[in-house]
Amino acid sequence: MKLTRYTLLIILTVVCQFSQKASAAELIGKRISLENGMVLLLSEKHDIPMVMVNMAIKAGSTAEPEDKPGIASITASLLMQGTSKRPAGRINSEIDFIGGSLSVSGGNDFASASLRVLKKDLRTGLDLLSDVLMNPVFDQKEIDRKVKEILAEIQRQKEDPDNVAGEAFTKAVYGRHAYGRTSDDVAAYLPKLTRQDVVNFYSERYSLNSIIIAVVGDVNEKEIIGLLQEYFKGWKRSDQPLPASIPPLVIEKTVVRKIDKNITQANIELGNIGISRENPDYYAVIVMNYILGGGGFSSRLMDNIRDNKGLAYDVHSVFSAQKESGAFSVSIRTKNESANEVIAETLKEIRKIQAEPVSDKELADAKAYLTGSFPLKMDTSAKIAGMLTFIEIYNLGLDYPQKYSAMINAVTREDIKRVAQKYLHPDSLVIVVVANLEKAKLNY
Amino acid sequence: MEYVKSVILLFLYTVFVVTPALGQDMKVTEKVLPNGLKVLLKEEHKAPVITFQIWYKVGSRNEKLGTTGMSHLLEHMMFKGTKKYGPKTFSQTVMRNGGNDNAFTGKDYTAYFENFAADRIGISLDLESDRMQNLLIDPKEFLSEREVVKEERRMRTDDDPTSTMVEEMTAAAFIAHPYEWPVIGWMADINNITRDDLYNHYHTYYAPNNATIVMVGDFDTKAILPQIEKYFGSIPRGPDVPRVAAVEPRQLGERRIIVKKQAELPAVFAGYHTPDLKDKDSYALEALQGILSSGKSSRLYKSLVYEKQLALYAGGDYDNIANDPNLFYVYAGVMPGKTTEEVEKALYAEIEKLKTTPVTDEELQKAKNQIEAGFIMGQDSVFYQAMLLGQYETVANWKLLEKYLENIRAVTKEDIQRVAKEYFSEDNRTVGILVPTKN
Repeated sequence: MKLTRYTLLIILTVVCQFSQKASAAELIGKRISLENGMVLLLSEKHDIPMVMVNMAIKAGSTAEPEDKPGIASITASLLMQGTSKRPAGRINSEIDFIGGSLSVSGGNDFASASLRVLKKDLRTGLDLLSDVLMNPVFDQKEIDRKVKEILAEIQRQKEDPDNVAGEAFTKAVYGRHAYGRTSDDVAAYLPKLTRQDVVNFYSERYSLNSIIIAVVGDVNEKEIIGLLQEYFKGWKRSDQPLPASIPPLVIEKTVVRKIDKNITQANIELGNIGISRENPDYYAVIVMNYILGGGGFSSRLMDNIRDNKGLAYDVHSVFSAQKESGAFSVSIRTKNESANEVIAETLKEIRKIQAEPVSDKELADAKAYLTGSFPLKMDTSAKIAGMLTFIEIYNLGLDYPQKYSAMINAVTREDIKRVAQKYLHPDSLVIVVVANLEKAKLNY
Repeated sequence: MEYVKSVILLFLYTVFVVTPALGQDMKVTEKVLPNGLKVLLKEEHKAPVITFQIWYKVGSRNEKLGTTGMSHLLEHMMFKGTKKYGPKTFSQTVMRNGGNDNAFTGKDYTAYFENFAADRIGISLDLESDRMQNLLIDPKEFLSEREVVKEERRMRTDDDPTSTMVEEMTAAAFIAHPYEWPVIGWMADINNITRDDLYNHYHTYYAPNNATIVMVGDFDTKAILPQIEKYFGSIPRGPDVPRVAAVEPRQLGERRIIVKKQAELPAVFAGYHTPDLKDKDSYALEALQGILSSGKSSRLYKSLVYEKQLALYAGGDYDNIANDPNLFYVYAGVMPGKTTEEVEKALYAEIEKLKTTPVTDEELQKAKNQIEAGFIMGQDSVFYQAMLLGQYETVANWKLLEKYLENIRAVTKEDIQRVAKEYFSEDNRTVGILVPTKN
């Protein structure tokens, strides 16, 4: 077992943000529209005999009918549980035998599929990937098994206080919006789920023109185009629009949710609805959030709550920017007895960044990190594949890495104050605390 | 029948393709400076980045009851300033230059790293050579950081019922060796550590002759070596570090521990004493681990999770990258409505099968292919490559990696059966059970 000094986790990945440093005008990859309707993003890398395939499929929670929460995720996981060519066990043993990995999972805007194989096994890998996407059978026994498994997993996650806090926060911030579907919603629906529900979701959402495919690795353009045309031959097209989006709740007065658990720490999740990735203020928000709580040991929250007061191991804030407005959230775990102090300090920092301009040094440091760490955001095949997909989803252009610096560097101190005032709501936010409430004695 | 045929074809193909790679050249340059500092350099020019890591041969294995957790707490203090650089400047300097940094502590090592764009690597040399010799450990900073580590322990262990149980199970498995206690330390011990304890720990273990620098990435070996010598060469060699003489005696019967804690589902873990990577049995045990738990076609997942639906998750974990013999864990989380007894029995049934029946050729080949593909794919990440070199060098010798695949390929069905019989006995087993309570 290893312990790290702190968990950098999502802070720096805020659903993908990259900065740039490369001076070369070299594009990160190539965008190719295949004859069959698929969009391919390709980056050739011939240093290791390996190929990575990433797919984003418009089959996430936002494609779910409101009365079927979780259908996106269960459909994705059932794809691997048997096709007209292979029973579940054989899919697993074939991918394991070549030492590769293959997975399909749900998500908010997109479901994703991912394949990683050695170059020599690319055909086997694509055969498996296309088979699970095109020919799933959704055997009733497999559905029953998966439902049981998901219900058990939901139960198990209730022993993780951080997860309990996250779920309560999600529900309170998003309300009926698709991003707000919690495991309780899923657990209530699953016993009613029918095979037909799964079949319908699959046939409406999985098709040639609902996917983006990114390939990184030891292949050339002609070869991969040929292979993709061959393996995805005959797949259907579908033009189902997404269901209408339900607006998130409007919160006028701070909402506090307290959940009692016999634990040593208060798990605090605090925040409000934020912005979508397509919001023009995105870059100013990223810089502002870096200074507030996104920048690890360079952030104000970490400096105040961990470095100066020793009150927490990890403190961070995130703007989850996706197709639709995601949440701004601060997550902290502190001993029960310090919960009030930590909440007060967090709100103080939020109010401060709204009231006073950040210093020139803070701004310069934030820009230096965000732009200077660019090469680290594309130093593995998986990261490059993720970035290619991201660029396509948000239509950022393959020169995005080259443009990024200019957009970050254009942010001013005034911009930061403005976006802090616009997107942080210290007087009308959601505060969730999962703690031993007797010891925490919350003032909120 | 078609299935069998295609698998055999794949099998031959794989063997054919990988054979020429026998005896992997790791392309590592090794240099030992006069002060004893070992330097391992591996050029990788595919991306304009470098990972710099420095590995100290000290971890919870070098601690004593009463002050366990010292190595980890010291790791935290290494970011709290030297004479030259103030308490908050380390990470901020790295980040201002577009880098990421962090550190981690294990039973056998404490390691620090920075990942940078290739042109910024001088910053690592400056900062790391400085804190190898000039750490302050300010008393006020120390008291505050000790609270941070207590919060870390609450988060990772005290409020996680499965972690709590595994911690106690591991403690029960060792009676005479420091692998007994957790890396983060017991809560009372963390609270008991003083600033001077840490200062002594630092001066005992942080010296060039007890460290290895590993760099992988986009640099020129000939140009970087003089740079490393410039920054680290003048640091004086320290006294030899105290030897850890502890030897865990042979276990003479099963040990069982039970943890009752607020939780949703029970869990069962069993740990068997097994040799570390310096022993040639470790290759057979690695292949065996693959057969038991690598991928969804592996035995534990297939039997306990998929077919019998007794477990929500199941697997095996062989802790062999260690100075001294450690544990091979098998574990499972119990499905609602099932009992720990049923799950424990099913885990042992899989263990027994390994002893009584040879594994199939296909299973063994699959495990080897998985290990081999993992090894090749791991080269995609400079960080992972440096990590592997650092771990191996710290507990044994990085050169073991050059023969690694060759040794894995040589494992036979008979080896698997033999090591299963030798190590997976009831008497050599420590079992931990998590019994959920409502509050």
